[in-house]
Amino acid sequence: MSAHAVRPRDRAVPAARTLPPVRFRDLLAAEWIKMRSLRSTFWSFAFVTLFVIGSAALAAIGDYRNFPHYSAQMQREHGFALSDAFPSAGYLGLMLFAASMGAIVIVSEYGSGLIRTTTAAVPARGSVVLAKAVVVAAVWTVVGAALAAGAFVVSQAILDGRHAGVPITHPGALRGLVACTLLGPVCALIGLGLGVLIRHSATTIVTGAFTILMLPTFFSQGRRWSADVNHLMVYPAWWRLTIVLGPVAPGDFQFASVAESWIVYAAWPAVAIVVAVLAVRRRDV
Amino acid sequence: MGGRPWTDAHGRIPSGGVPPVAGCPRGGRPGRLPVVIEVSDLTKRYGSTTAVDHLSFAVRPGYVTGFLGPNGAGKTTTLRTILGLDAPTGGTATVGGVPFRTHRRGLHHVGALLDAQQVHGGRTAAAHLAALARSNGIGPRRVDEVLGEVGLSEVARRRIGGFSLGMKQRLGIATALLGNPPVLMFDEPVNGMDPEGVLWVRHLFRRLATEGRTVFLSSHLMSEMENTADELVVIGQGRLIAAESVRGFAARSTRLRVVVRTPQAAEFAAVLTAAGAEVEPEGSAGVERLRVTGLAAERIGALAFDNRIMLHELTTQTASLEEAFMELTAGSVEYSTGGPR
Repeated sequence: MSAHAVRPRDRAVPAARTLPPVRFRDLLAAEWIKMRSLRSTFWSFAFVTLFVIGSAALAAIGDYRNFPHYSAQMQREHGFALSDAFPSAGYLGLMLFAASMGAIVIVSEYGSGLIRTTTAAVPARGSVVLAKAVVVAAVWTVVGAALAAGAFVVSQAILDGRHAGVPITHPGALRGLVACTLLGPVCALIGLGLGVLIRHSATTIVTGAFTILMLPTFFSQGRRWSADVNHLMVYPAWWRLTIVLGPVAPGDFQFASVAESWIVYAAWPAVAIVVAVLAVRRRDV
Repeated sequence: MGGRPWTDAHGRIPSGGVPPVAGCPRGGRPGRLPVVIEVSDLTKRYGSTTAVDHLSFAVRPGYVTGFLGPNGAGKTTTLRTILGLDAPTGGTATVGGVPFRTHRRGLHHVGALLDAQQVHGGRTAAAHLAALARSNGIGPRRVDEVLGEVGLSEVARRRIGGFSLGMKQRLGIATALLGNPPVLMFDEPVNGMDPEGVLWVRHLFRRLATEGRTVFLSSHLMSEMENTADELVVIGQGRLIAAESVRGFAARSTRLRVVVRTPQAAEFAAVLTAAGAEVEPEGSAGVERLRVTGLAAERIGALAFDNRIMLHELTTQTASLEEAFMELTAGSVEYSTGGPR
C-alpha cells in the first residue's frame, strides 16, 4: 500500500485548467457525427428519395399513357402536371418516413441508454435537443430539396413527351416545391419532439403515424368547425400549398389560405420542439 | 423520518455532526483535503420505492473510493443523482461544491461510466467517442489518445455492436477519460473483464488517484475493492452502513476465528468458555472440532497445555472482507425490513 505515498498535493490536480469554450456549434457537430456515423442513415435517405421520385414518375407515366383519352380541355390545360410533380402517395410516405427517422434520432438514445452518457457529457439537456432539432431540420431540408426537385424534374420530363409538362416558373410550382421540400423537416421535427416525450420507439412511431396521417381524416371538410380543425393539420396544409386554386367564393370554408397553411407548417415543429425542450429539462434521464 | 440526520449502520449519528467522510486514513488530518463529491441527506423515491434513503457521505481526491453494496442497494441511483441524471427527492448531491447539472458541458468536470452496454451498436468506437468529444469541444487527437490508453486502437474503426462486454467497459472508461476530468466515477467497471483487464483497470484507477483525481467506483463485490480501493462507502437498502478506510473496515469487521480439533472436545469447550471465548462445536463425536472466537491461538494453546488437553489441530482463520461485508449488509437488510418505511 506504499503506492499511496504520493499525496495529492504533490501532483497537479487537473482542476485549474482552461476549458474549451462552451459553443452550441460543437453540439451541432457532435449530432452531425452521430447521424452520419450510422449506415442506416444513408440507406433510409436513399430509399425515401427514390420512393418520392418513383411515385412522381409513376403518376406522370400514368398521365402520359392516358393522355390520348383525356378531353381536349384537359389536354390543353394539363392541370395534372403539378399533381404528378407533387404526388400524394409519395409525400404521405415521406411524412411517415421523416416522422419515424426524426423520432429515432432521440428514441434510439433512450432505447440503448446512450442518452445517459450524452447527458453526463452535456448536462444542458435542452441544448442537446435543440442541436438535434437543428441537425435533423438541416439534413431533411437538403434531402427534401433534392427529392422534391428530382420528383418535379422527372415527372415534367415524362409529361414533356406529350407537351404537357410545366416549368418551375408555372404559377404555384415554386410554392409547391418549397412546401414539398419543407415537409420532410416539418415531420422529422414533429417525430423528434414526440420521441423526446414518449421515449419508447414503437409507441413513438405509432403515435407519429397516427398524428400525421390519421388525425386529418377524422375531420371532414363538410362542417365549418371540422374543416377548421382539419386545416390545422400538416397534411392538409401541404395539400393546400401544392394546389393552384381559382377564385374562392367568399364564405367558402373548404380551403385554408396559403398564409394559414404556412403557419401550420411552422407551428407544429415549433410546438413539438419547445415542449420537448421543456420536458427534457424536468425529467429524470 | 424527514430531516433525520445521517446515521451509520447502527442508526447512530456520527460524532461531530459532519457527514461521514471516506478519506485521510493514513494519519492525514481530516478536512485538509477538499471534499469533492458530497452527498447530503440524499433521498430518491421512484413511486413507492425508496431507492436511496437519507444517504450522506463525502469522497475526497487522491484516493480510490469504493462504493459497495449488494445489488439493489441504491448505488446506481446515487451515481445517477450525483451526475444530475436523476433529480433527488430530497437532499443534495454536489461535485466540487455545485450540483453537476449546473455545468453546461460535463466531460471536463466528471468522467463517468455508468453502464458499458449503453452505447449504439451501429457506431464505431471512434465515431462514438468523436461525437462525445466534439460536444465538449475536445479535438479528435484526444479520441485517439484515450483509445490507445484503453487498448482499443486496433478496433477503433469497428462497430461497437460486435464488442465483448470487456471491450465495451474499456470504451466506457475511454469515454470517462476524454475530458481529462478531476473526478471519475465508474459503476461496476470490471464486469465482463478478463483477468488481464481487471489488473489493468486496477492499475489505472490507482494511477488516476495518484494524479490527485477523485476516483469513485461502485461494486457489489467486496473482493474487488480489497485490492483496488483505499476508502469505502458501504450502503445497503439505500442507507449508509459504513464510510471509512478499507483497513479500518477490515479491522473493525474482521473477527478472528480459531478452529481447534481435539478428542476432549466437551472438556475443552468448558475451559474455553470459562476463559471468555465463544465456542461452537462441530463435527462428529469422538474427534470434534471447535470453532472458537474471542481468544487468540496462542492463548488457546496455553490453556490446552495447562489443562492437559490433547490437540490435533489449532488453526487461525481470518474472515475475509467479503464475509465482513456480507455480514454487515445482511444486518442492514434485517434492520431495514424491521424499521419504519
